[in-house]
Amino acid sequence: MSEEEIRDEIAAADAVRPEQHDYAIRIRGLVNRFGDVVIHDHLDLDVRSGEILGVVGGSGTGKSVLMRSIVGLQTPAEGEIEVFGTTLATIADEEDSRDLRRRWGVMFQGGALFSTLSVAENIQVPLREYYPRIDQKLLDEIAAYKVEMVGLPPDAGPKFPAELSGGMVKRAGLARALALDPALLFLDEPTAGLDPIGAAKFDELIRELADTMGLTVFLITHDLDTLYATCDRVAVLAEKKVIAVGTIPELLATEHPWIQDYFNGPRGRAAADCNQTHRAG
Amino acid sequence: MAARADFETDEGAGGADVRFSGRLTLARLGDLPARLDALGPIATLDLSAVERIDTVGAWIVTRAVQTHGATVTGASEDAQRLLAALARDKSEYQVQRRPVPMWMRMLDQLGSASVAIWNELIGIVDFFGAMIVALFVQIRARRRIRWNAIVTRFQTVGVDALPIIGLMSFLIGIVIAQQGAVQLRQFGLEVFTINLVGRASIRELGLLMTAIMVAGRSGSAFAAQIGTMKLTEEVDAMRTIGVSPMEAIVLPRVAASTITMPLLGFYASICAIVGGGAFCWVGLDIPPLTYIQRLREIIPMTDFWIMLIKAPVFGILIGVTGCYEGMQVRQNAEEVGRRTTSAVVAAIFLVIVLDAFFAVFFSSIGWN
Repeated sequence: MSEEEIRDEIAAADAVRPEQHDYAIRIRGLVNRFGDVVIHDHLDLDVRSGEILGVVGGSGTGKSVLMRSIVGLQTPAEGEIEVFGTTLATIADEEDSRDLRRRWGVMFQGGALFSTLSVAENIQVPLREYYPRIDQKLLDEIAAYKVEMVGLPPDAGPKFPAELSGGMVKRAGLARALALDPALLFLDEPTAGLDPIGAAKFDELIRELADTMGLTVFLITHDLDTLYATCDRVAVLAEKKVIAVGTIPELLATEHPWIQDYFNGPRGRAAADCNQTHRAG
Repeated sequence: MAARADFETDEGAGGADVRFSGRLTLARLGDLPARLDALGPIATLDLSAVERIDTVGAWIVTRAVQTHGATVTGASEDAQRLLAALARDKSEYQVQRRPVPMWMRMLDQLGSASVAIWNELIGIVDFFGAMIVALFVQIRARRRIRWNAIVTRFQTVGVDALPIIGLMSFLIGIVIAQQGAVQLRQFGLEVFTINLVGRASIRELGLLMTAIMVAGRSGSAFAAQIGTMKLTEEVDAMRTIGVSPMEAIVLPRVAASTITMPLLGFYASICAIVGGGAFCWVGLDIPPLTYIQRLREIIPMTDFWIMLIKAPVFGILIGVTGCYEGMQVRQNAEEVGRRTTSAVVAAIFLVIVLDAFFAVFFSSIGWN
């Protein structure tokens, strides 16, 4: 590779500088609607750099739509979304939007692995796309350590998605989301459909990876245990807005009936108790 | 511009002392891995001047540590965490499948393809048997026949197909008449074009083209619908409620295709004859009345019976293969597409094979 190509590539890497922003994501006045149905009505939300933000809300409150708006899969009707100081909607240049996309990894609810590629090849797709110069040996080594990092068994690399169990598909999806060492990670219901043991392990894994790699995580979940185990702050989606953001004790102090029902319902209490004993022991 | 990853070396006692600088991250690596590999033995790796490091940078360092037995100095807290996470042994982690020799792969493919075809044939026969049993069970138990389901399928398999099959057959009639006329003109026997169009349409082509069209339109639809129902576990839900999927899903579809095939086949033959007649009138100056008169003389009743015997058989075949392939869908959505394709291919292939058998059989019993 020539000197010039290296310089171009590095210049491109400088376009988005995650470490210079206090807020990974800033959302102001977001409006989403499908036909007459309004999903988000002037929603505001900040995600601080380096935190794990849990997003909760009842079914149909638009948690996934919010994530899709941030990553540019859903064009909002109104409002502004800034990721690392860059507004995706106003980027005209395809190259610039690629710079931003390289800074995040998205793990979809069903894993969304490419079914014709093996797990290792799935992990290598983003690497090949953005760094075509990397030789096959290094690509294979990267795939191997990512597979190890997310806790997949040693023989998982050459397997195809159809040969994996549900939990393994989620881990493989996470490995692909982490392929480019992103600064920002989106997780859509990472523990949905996992058994409690698998879910607890996955929570641990997310916490551990976020600490090791200094990730900012935007985590959509229904799982109260995940909230207690992993999240620094929690944002509550209701009434087409974010009605509260804060640590769990802060949220418990609010009066809003939905939040009280959510955290003080039988399941909320059980998760809290479990977390208490866990911390104490 | 932020510093790209780089390193300087000093020759030390046990090998080179490497001092990294800049950002040891994926985006800023450049050709660093290759240059590092080109170095001889490495004694120490100094990370004190590194601004940032990610897992790929940490992996490059870890690799050097593992191959040269080098020691790392000056690693920041972040770097130490990453290095510790990557230090675990990964030698047994596979990435590629184990390579298999070419001849073995070819033999393997040939073998598994043969087994697959055989299993497919057995599967279709097996499914047909199960369907007949289900039919008798339904009749013996005096359960209501699902007329609603059957009539809905009539609509989609039969009525909705009328325009396309009509147009296709009409055009094929024209083509046969035109091509036949060109050849027969050489002997001055253009009038025999009527024999060609009339008999070919009734006996073979009308029905065959209809079968191909129905296989492509409805056989594929059966496979895709049932395949999707399998994926969403609708079929399993039916079983647990106590509804037999054979009765509820398969029988109405097969019944519809079996009953509509003779009707569609006859309709297609008539359309082809009309197309041929149109060409004869315009191209050969044979008036329609003469055309019809001549058709009545040359088409034997047996041709019509042959079509009526073949049509339901083809209908059953198309329905059964479509439903069978749909029922075979497992695992993922990709399978639905694959099974739909094989439903169409298998149905058309089997229809043509059976048609050949019928042709030989009817000729040998003297139905010429």
